[in-house]
Amino acid sequence: MQAKDDAQASWHEIVLATFKSNEVKLVTYVPDRVLTPLIKALHADRYFTCFATAREEEAVGIVSGAWMGGTRGAVLMQTSGFGTLANALASLAVPYQIPLVMLVSERGTLGEFNWGQALVARTMRPVLDSLAVEHHTITRLDELEFTVDRSIKQAVATQAPVALILSPLLTGGKVFKA
Amino acid sequence: MSATDKGKSTSAGLPARSGNAKVMNRTDLTRRLVARLKREEAVIGGIGNTNFDLWVAGQRPQNFYMLGSMGLAFPIALGVALAQPRRRVIALEGDGSLLMQLGCLSTIAAVAPANLTLIVMDNGIYQITGGQPTPAAATTDFVAVAQGCGLSSSAWAADEEDFERLVDAALAADRPMLIAARIDDKPGAGTTLRDPVQIRERFMRGLGVRGA
Repeated sequence: MQAKDDAQASWHEIVLATFKSNEVKLVTYVPDRVLTPLIKALHADRYFTCFATAREEEAVGIVSGAWMGGTRGAVLMQTSGFGTLANALASLAVPYQIPLVMLVSERGTLGEFNWGQALVARTMRPVLDSLAVEHHTITRLDELEFTVDRSIKQAVATQAPVALILSPLLTGGKVFKA
Repeated sequence: MSATDKGKSTSAGLPARSGNAKVMNRTDLTRRLVARLKREEAVIGGIGNTNFDLWVAGQRPQNFYMLGSMGLAFPIALGVALAQPRRRVIALEGDGSLLMQLGCLSTIAAVAPANLTLIVMDNGIYQITGGQPTPAAATTDFVAVAQGCGLSSSAWAADEEDFERLVDAALAADRPMLIAARIDDKPGAGTTLRDPVQIRERFMRGLGVRGA
């Protein structure tokens, strides 16, 4: 276990602090229920430029452009949103060698109630693997800071995209109330 | 207008949706645009003929050429504009590409970077795939769409001189706008060298992000 104050920080506080310590200043997103506390905190912090886009591809384009202009960014999305990104990854982020940081709230598993979410979620890791995009599924709070911090640093150093998948084991996920 | 409006693709209803705008030529307009850039403005060229003509107009280090990700020229330009607020950024996009990502006009209107100019080259067809009309060809006015999204100073270029005037106005504006130009069905006048890493690295040097 990490220090007590770390253990008490919530997952979204850790993500925000780790973005800041890595100078990730621009965050674009298509919202997700689980990501809501992170999105609210990013909007409330003047360090960040944070806004919603109409589609995840658009969010990827914006962060890619910002990287080329000298500003680090990250894209927040849900698994179903990742499902729209194969072409943007295969024809922009990967071949142009852009350190695109993707934070994906994982739906479709560990208590999913929507069949479509369960199905699209199964396409995510095969797409990432087929493009050899680094990805990590984060299940534990005590591994979150290390994984996010090192992944951002590796993305920048190797000029390659990375996907950080936030498991319901970490976030609690979206719960179906029967 | 009648003299240049003889291509079968551009007769598919364009006059009704773009007023009296003259049908111009993409290569010519891109050259006119580049000739007006004196302050190391960044230019993002959309997939296909749009960036081919940007390549032909002069390979400035501040040009970025898209070899894929159809529809992302405006979003990429928005990112560059946010990262470099003191540099003017221009995005060149085709009408078919813009149709893929119309939602970005709302995003750009909401974020409203003062240094971003959007240009759409509208021939009503997917020229590069065989000239098929777009679903927008007969019915959609891209300037009206942009205005409806909140880019209120967007305008059609009536002719080449008007295009240059609009570019000058956009480069001095304090809000983003879209300039739409009706163009003919000619292909690009060349082909961009397809090396994405070299394109990206050169662009970053051109923007001063990388050392020489």
